[in-house]
Amino acid sequence: MKIVNVTHGSFYALGAYAAASLTGAWLARGYPPMLSYLVLLAAALLVTLAVAPLIERAILRFMYAKDEVVILLITYALFLILEDVIKLVWGVNPYFIAEPYALLGSFSVGGLAYPTYNLILVALALVAGLGLTWLLRSTRVGKLLRAVIHDPEVSRAMGINVERYYLVTFTFGSLLAALAGAFTAPTVSVVPGLGVEIIVLSFAVVVIGGLGSLPGAALGAVIVGVVRSLSVHYMPQVELFVIYFVMAMVLAFRPRGLFSLAEPRKI
Amino acid sequence: MKPDRTPLLIAAIAAILLLGGPWLPQWAMFIVTIAFAKGLVALGLMLLLRAGLVSFGQALYYCLGAYAAGALGRFLGIGDVFLQMLAGAAAAGLTAFVLGFLLAKYRGIFFGLLSLALSMILYGLLVKNEALGSTDGFNILPSTLFGIRPGPAWVRYAVLASAAVVAFGLALAVHRYLQTPLGRLAPAIKDNEIRVEYMGASARRAVHVKYVIAALLAGVGGALAATTVGHIDPEMSFWTTSGEFIFITILAGTRSVVAPFAGALLYGAIHTTAYDLSPNTWQMSLGISLLLIIVFLPEGLWSLFKTRVRHP
Repeated sequence: MKIVNVTHGSFYALGAYAAASLTGAWLARGYPPMLSYLVLLAAALLVTLAVAPLIERAILRFMYAKDEVVILLITYALFLILEDVIKLVWGVNPYFIAEPYALLGSFSVGGLAYPTYNLILVALALVAGLGLTWLLRSTRVGKLLRAVIHDPEVSRAMGINVERYYLVTFTFGSLLAALAGAFTAPTVSVVPGLGVEIIVLSFAVVVIGGLGSLPGAALGAVIVGVVRSLSVHYMPQVELFVIYFVMAMVLAFRPRGLFSLAEPRKI
Repeated sequence: MKPDRTPLLIAAIAAILLLGGPWLPQWAMFIVTIAFAKGLVALGLMLLLRAGLVSFGQALYYCLGAYAAGALGRFLGIGDVFLQMLAGAAAAGLTAFVLGFLLAKYRGIFFGLLSLALSMILYGLLVKNEALGSTDGFNILPSTLFGIRPGPAWVRYAVLASAAVVAFGLALAVHRYLQTPLGRLAPAIKDNEIRVEYMGASARRAVHVKYVIAALLAGVGGALAATTVGHIDPEMSFWTTSGEFIFITILAGTRSVVAPFAGALLYGAIHTTAYDLSPNTWQMSLGISLLLIIVFLPEGLWSLFKTRVRHP
């Protein structure tokens, strides 16, 4: 949508918090723990549907005409607001819900124990990535959406309900962030500041891959993940530094990221 | 054309501050000095913003300035306020000169994100650097002025006065710069870069120069903040600090070189009041005010005072 969205970090945090409290309640009532994965899903859905359309309708839709950079600032403002909303709702104490994580146990690869839950995360990411690619490339909705992004005015003239596409896309994008948060929640302690950490990382991922490109984002994520693990393993003191270093290097040689789309010159 | 009143305005405010300063309570002096430090950074951001560039990594130079000032005390035992500012400016300016070759190519969102990455690189380096105190940072030597150490009651005023003199001097210099051909190129770059090139000017060089000037200002601001607070830590380079500076710049607008300082002061006031009223939701108050300003005063608060658009 040509929006660089800082609020995304908040949705990640919102998803994580919602998952933590819903799953906590679910388990406390003694319901079957195997179903808690569905609860994670439901938590992400609920919190996104409650917040994302509100933000899009109330604020963002008036802003699309503005500069990309201004939109970035607006989402930054929203991010600040949501960050405190989260603190107001959930307090500042950490939440732990390790059950879904511990439930599946672990298996060993070549003598190394590996938690099975992480496989679920990988599967989820693959499903989301492939599904999204299919959605954008092959379905009517996806094609129309790309048209809307490319040129909202002409799309509107062609009879596409542009407003609705913006709303749905923003909600859907936020849902993905919330899902990521919800399914990561069991593996970490859910604390304030979750959104801040994730958002700069995801920016690095997207910028490395090229803004607005799905395969780029996937590749960027793999690069960031691998580089980070390698540096943690070999030179832990450069862990934070190395990701941004990679990002700066990529930008230095491919100014618009690895999978960048060509852009016409403005004269 | 109306006569240029900005230098007069600057001189008047500086005089009022210098004469009235001793009667300010200590906490107010602190807020005003910090406002000068942040205002300097915002002044640099304003220069870039006039060319349509938003740097999400100005904290890089703020932090560099602060650490340069800190290193001066830690390794050489120098606590002189002016030397600290000089060191901060030099460190930031040199870095920006080198990085500028890379950054001057980028526009829009990519300029912002690349500068963000650069500032986070510094953050990553500082956090892991034991010699510079890692995440805790380290303390700055007590401020001295030309070899004289002011008494405890006068330290804040001495720093405030030096800050006021330097900040307004720099503001005046930037004001002059805006009137040079290179300075006037900024709105043109924002509107249409290719036309700038057709006119025979180099947009890239203009951006590079602006970037270095912005960094110099941020470096001085960082050194000033370091000596005022008395402590520095890597958080100064974190992206939320950059966000703060952008907030101030947006708050102020790009109409006048005095605006960033007013913006920084107002930011300090909002921050302090919000923190005082409800410590847990000050971020929310900041976010809401930022939203309101972008929506209702896209030209910044300064547009309230000056209704007519007048490019210096």
